Amino acid sequence: MPGFSLPSASLLAQSVLSGIFVGALYGLLGLGLSLSWGLLRLINLAHFGLAFLAAYLCYQLSLAHVDPLLSLVLIVPLLFAIGAGLHWVMARFAVTPFNSLLLTFGLTGILEALIQSVWTADFRKLESAYGNVKWKIGGLYFPLPEVITLLLAVGISFAVWAVLRYTDLGKAMRAAAEDPAVAAAFGVDEKRNGLLLAGLCSALAGVAGVCLALSFTLAPSQIYAWVGVVFAAVMLGGLGRALGPLIAGTVIGVSEAVTMAVTAPSWAPIVSFTLLIVILVLRPGRAA
Amino acid sequence: MSGNGVKRTPLVIVAAAAALAFVPQLGLPAFYDSLLYLMLHWIVLATSWNILSGYTGYFSFGHGAFFGAGLYTTTTLLARYEWPFVWTLPVAAAVAALLGVTLGAIVFRVKGVRGELFALLTLAITFVIGTIVVNTPLDGGSGVSLSAVPVPKIGPRASSTFYLLALAAAAATMLIAWWIAVSRFGAGLFAIHDDEDAAEVLGVPTYRYKLYALAISCALAGVAGGIHALFLSYVTVGEVFTITVPLTVVLMSVLGGTRHWAGPAIGAIAITALLYAFTAADHAVAGKAASGAILIAAILFMPDGILPRLQRLFHRGGAAVAATTGVPAGDAFAVPAPAPASRADARGPAAMPAAPGETLLRVRGLHKAFRGVKALAGVDIEVRRGEILGLLGPNGSGKSTFINVVSGHYAATAGAIAFEGRELVGRPAHRIAGAGIARTYQIPRPFGHLTVLDNVALATMFGGGVRDPAAARSQAMEWLVFAGLAGRAAARPEDLNLHQRKFLELARALASRPRLVLLDEVLCGLTPSEIDDAVALIRRIRDQGSTIVFVEHVMRAVMALTDRVVVLNHGLLLAEGPAAEVMQRPEVMTAYLGPAHA
Repeated sequence: MPGFSLPSASLLAQSVLSGIFVGALYGLLGLGLSLSWGLLRLINLAHFGLAFLAAYLCYQLSLAHVDPLLSLVLIVPLLFAIGAGLHWVMARFAVTPFNSLLLTFGLTGILEALIQSVWTADFRKLESAYGNVKWKIGGLYFPLPEVITLLLAVGISFAVWAVLRYTDLGKAMRAAAEDPAVAAAFGVDEKRNGLLLAGLCSALAGVAGVCLALSFTLAPSQIYAWVGVVFAAVMLGGLGRALGPLIAGTVIGVSEAVTMAVTAPSWAPIVSFTLLIVILVLRPGRAA
Repeated sequence: MSGNGVKRTPLVIVAAAAALAFVPQLGLPAFYDSLLYLMLHWIVLATSWNILSGYTGYFSFGHGAFFGAGLYTTTTLLARYEWPFVWTLPVAAAVAALLGVTLGAIVFRVKGVRGELFALLTLAITFVIGTIVVNTPLDGGSGVSLSAVPVPKIGPRASSTFYLLALAAAAATMLIAWWIAVSRFGAGLFAIHDDEDAAEVLGVPTYRYKLYALAISCALAGVAGGIHALFLSYVTVGEVFTITVPLTVVLMSVLGGTRHWAGPAIGAIAITALLYAFTAADHAVAGKAASGAILIAAILFMPDGILPRLQRLFHRGGAAVAATTGVPAGDAFAVPAPAPASRADARGPAAMPAAPGETLLRVRGLHKAFRGVKALAGVDIEVRRGEILGLLGPNGSGKSTFINVVSGHYAATAGAIAFEGRELVGRPAHRIAGAGIARTYQIPRPFGHLTVLDNVALATMFGGGVRDPAAARSQAMEWLVFAGLAGRAAARPEDLNLHQRKFLELARALASRPRLVLLDEVLCGLTPSEIDDAVALIRRIRDQGSTIVFVEHVMRAVMALTDRVVVLNHGLLLAEGPAAEVMQRPEVMTAYLGPAHA
């Protein structure tokens, strides 16, 4: 067992900050999953594979000197199309929620193999102008890639929240999730909205992928490392809620960072799982 | 799963294993031992996975964790404590089972998205266990070498020893999987798959059964892990706690067919051969992509798997069942109220001398609140033995909630429910079913993958206490005759019309030989002539000894059937007495029709 040592106050503060940064990425990755699960009743495990595909595309474009943020212009529509296409297949075959999990599990395997055959199993790191920029404010470091991730995560989460809450489209989507038949009777075009939403979720995976490429080293096997923690954020945050994953992701990120500071970095994967179990034991209804 | 096949199957498995045990004597190149070892290894993993996940529908993505737990248990005992190899296997099984049961005990308590949640938590646990192992001296991050551990001399050479070990494990696993599939335990697991709540209400101890199935599944995976540790001889966390194991076993089982004990084995043989071809040709990555593609294709185009499809092609089994049980087919309304009343065997509730008027069920101050909404706000009701009590009230008055609380489907917020003097509040639904209370659902909830006969046999096995599946089927047949469904015994519930489904619901409730039957709007949606049939059937139910609480809106039936009615309104008892008299009371008319009509 690693020894426990109390870190200094500044180290702890930096840990909390980095926890917020990584938590924002959990939230961004979780947002698309949560919307898909909560509003479409499709559990898209391939979300992670798609995010990594986007990350590798961003990496590939950076080799051609395309700015990572500019690459979003290409990546977002591409992933939107992939997500909508996937949803079209699922709707065409009337795939049940459970089978959607299995199907996207299979798809994840294919994406992993695809990534591995194109970019090999070696670690890849995107080099960009952003990577070297960091600010020091009040003794704390603010690296630019992480700040970009945080801003994107917060901005997008609130935008999605507002759309779901205030626009007719958002209300129609929530209504269709509640009762598709009744929503259809009131003139909601469920098929079109489903495609739109699935495309949006997948596009969100694209944005998350770009953020991933900005701050993390990439390897195909890393796809699965995110599954547990992001699903924990999704479930703790509440299915189909726009702000839930961001808030829960931040809580998990901070808990992980503090755990790492107090014990050893390799213990971090336990944190989200423990949080999830604790919540399940204390409030079994929360996950429903 | 019927007739003579039941007795022959284990002999076939044992004989096949015995024959395969001679393969090492053939002197084939060692490479065949390894390929066959891998096939058997995956048969153990896929079949053991299927015992929980295929039978109950709770898909585990954590089979790698349970497999890995067994693998590292054996590794640790061999490398650090120098145990003899064979003795490490029971410990590996126990550790894996304990891990699974701990996880299951938590997750299975959560209502709601249980299946999906279980899948994701088991996926997460793979990496959690991996993290723990890599951070502790169990592995230490660099892997553990077992090259110094001697391989026990069972076969002519080391590779055949592994082959024989895996063969024994595979034979044992398939025997267990078969035995569960044909047993009462398995019937309960299959019922959980189709409708867990309905299974619980029929007396299946769903929580316990899921844990048992998980424990067996994990223990077998643990054994496979233990054997594989020595086979690998150098184990690392990165190789063991991966997504590959769950991906592969899910693929094999879904491809072969998850509802059959032999399905995963067939999938395992096919996929191992396929992957071996890819690896041999140095295309391991393509193999992974192929697995994914096959899984997707299987789900889209063959959701039942290979084996059920083959079964459907080769023998059209269905019709045979009714014939072998020797019951006349066709509409059985002509059959008079049959044997069940006169049966003196089993723990016959019907045979119990009825003392009319004695209180059977006493409900006191029953409250049920859904957050703010009080569906029941302090209801007192007594049900007397042998009566038909009508439970009336406008929509939303709490009638269905009453049935749901008494049957244990919902937990009471407050109050007491005494049945034959025993308190029911706080008991799980399957215990209430076991105590002698059965219910029907307003919208019938048959087990979709079971035949009509097996639907009823399940109730006979659990509520009715006939433990032997064959005996349960023959008794279930009598209940089908009673309900006029004998001709549809081999049909699937989806092939029945509404009227027949309602009667199936009744037959299933009766098959547990209840002393109290709660009928929730059985007549709703039936045509007038079907209602007449149903009224006659309900009379026969009472005549054979059950007491009935009858929620109904069809006034004609209420007047014809009930000895007494109680009227609920806004979760409170409004009136009580003979139907004809109670319905005339002004407060009852107000509740139904509004104040203007009173």
